[in-house]
Amino acid sequence: MNADVSRAPDSSDSGYNFAYLDERTKRMIRRAILKAVAIPGYQVPFGSREMPLPYGWGTGGIQVTASIIGRDDVLKVIDQGADDTVNAVNIRRFFTRTTGIATTERTVEATVIQTRHRIPETPLQDHQIIVYQVPIPEPLAKLEPREAETKMMHGLAEYGLMHVKLYEDIARYGHISTTYDYPVMVDGRYLMAPSPIPKFDNPKMHMNPALQLFGAGREKRIYAVPPYTKVESLAFDDHPFEVQRWEQHCALCGAKDSFLDEVITDNDGGRMFICSDTDYCGQRRENLAAVPANVAEAKSA
Amino acid sequence: MSEQDQPILRVEALSKRYGDRLAVDQVSFDLWPGEVLAVVGESGSGKTTLLNCASARLLPDSGRVDFLTRHEGVVDVYRLSEAARRLLARTDWGYVHQNPADGLRMDVSAGANVGERLMALGERHYGRIRQEATQWLSRVEMQEDRIDESPATFSGGMRQRLQIARNLVTRPRLVFMDEPTSGLDVSVQAKLLDLLRTLTHQLHLASVIVTHDLAVARLLAHRMMVMKDGRVVEQGLTDQVLDDPQHPYTQLLVSSVLQP
Repeated sequence: MNADVSRAPDSSDSGYNFAYLDERTKRMIRRAILKAVAIPGYQVPFGSREMPLPYGWGTGGIQVTASIIGRDDVLKVIDQGADDTVNAVNIRRFFTRTTGIATTERTVEATVIQTRHRIPETPLQDHQIIVYQVPIPEPLAKLEPREAETKMMHGLAEYGLMHVKLYEDIARYGHISTTYDYPVMVDGRYLMAPSPIPKFDNPKMHMNPALQLFGAGREKRIYAVPPYTKVESLAFDDHPFEVQRWEQHCALCGAKDSFLDEVITDNDGGRMFICSDTDYCGQRRENLAAVPANVAEAKSA
Repeated sequence: MSEQDQPILRVEALSKRYGDRLAVDQVSFDLWPGEVLAVVGESGSGKTTLLNCASARLLPDSGRVDFLTRHEGVVDVYRLSEAARRLLARTDWGYVHQNPADGLRMDVSAGANVGERLMALGERHYGRIRQEATQWLSRVEMQEDRIDESPATFSGGMRQRLQIARNLVTRPRLVFMDEPTSGLDVSVQAKLLDLLRTLTHQLHLASVIVTHDLAVARLLAHRMMVMKDGRVVEQGLTDQVLDDPQHPYTQLLVSSVLQP
């Protein structure tokens, strides 16, 4: 956030500028971010750069993170909630090498969190920024292929078409079957694709104290949800918005309020449900281990 | 003046050029509430361009289009903000394309096609949207149980019916139709014409129908305009123009119709 240009980077790869991008590019991206924050949910075009990893791996998110990150920041990178999956590990290493800043797996310790497809279970604070990696920023893209037309629809707030999609879901499956990238209305004005987070996470975006930034590298768009902004998931009066629920609790930490992944354990149909947020799960297990077993059982029951 | 004394649509001196070519040259006409006006002429005579300019789908080079709105009196369509114009086009107006695939969303079900305008106007109750869609399917004589099927599985005639239902669901008072029955076989054409005649009469719809088929004009239209090279060469009551054509081009047109 407060990158110091004059100091030479003290990171291991000293051939690069701090956080890889040159300062002009960062300024251009920061300008786009400022505009995005000023118009919540509006997709601001920006000059997306070639990054040293392929499109679809979070080039948009990385450019946003690179533009806002400073020497004092602590970075956390998650991929589907996990800190230890390949995308998260790669991006974390990329920033370690190009900035030399501290990284963490703890949500509470991070100041910048770059995420692919999840919002951490631990509530975010007002000093944190969460950066989403976005593959398709245009929520209407699948319904209206003409970009000139979708821009016009955003301009005039003509969003009936999005409900056509939800109608179609109900007509086919009896309920709204969209489970990720579930369209939201930001501050009552702009329709926004929340990136492919599960709709379980949609309510967390509403009135969130943290700044939420969205970067789409291939599509060259940045958009934002400023802190404490209304984010409403679309629905019908007689088919209200609902989040996923599970019969099971997390097999590792016993959580019943978190987003669960189904994990196949063997070839005989063995499976278990565990928290997709590895930090949340790990913290809970640590806390459970700290208290005597009988108290822990009483708590999780 | 009461509403009955004013035309619902007044087109004045509308012109449109494509480069050097004048597609529509100073065309004016009035359309009264509940009236059906047919625009006939051969291919390239400027019928469709006229229709598109009058329905605010294509910006004319000059001329004006006035529309009598429900609540705000007469408005100059091209002076309206784009938002207001688009709202008008999906509430009080309808537009039936020659090729139904242009006017329909082919990848969503029939029900969603009919319901789209309602949802665009802010209807957020699934049950009501569905009920309304079912009603309209039966009004255009489609089987109600095909509501969840994709228009891609429909025949040409059914697609056209669906397109009509999709347009009429907001109870427009003015519908533009561009060759609504061409591309259909004759028996389907006859049924569709019958339906259109019933609907325009029941709903007191004003309509501009572009067609090259004089039979369509004869069956549906109260009045007709004959166009040639971007100009109106003759206009009058349908029967009068068809039975006693004055202009040589109209005479040619009428005499070219094959008599079985």
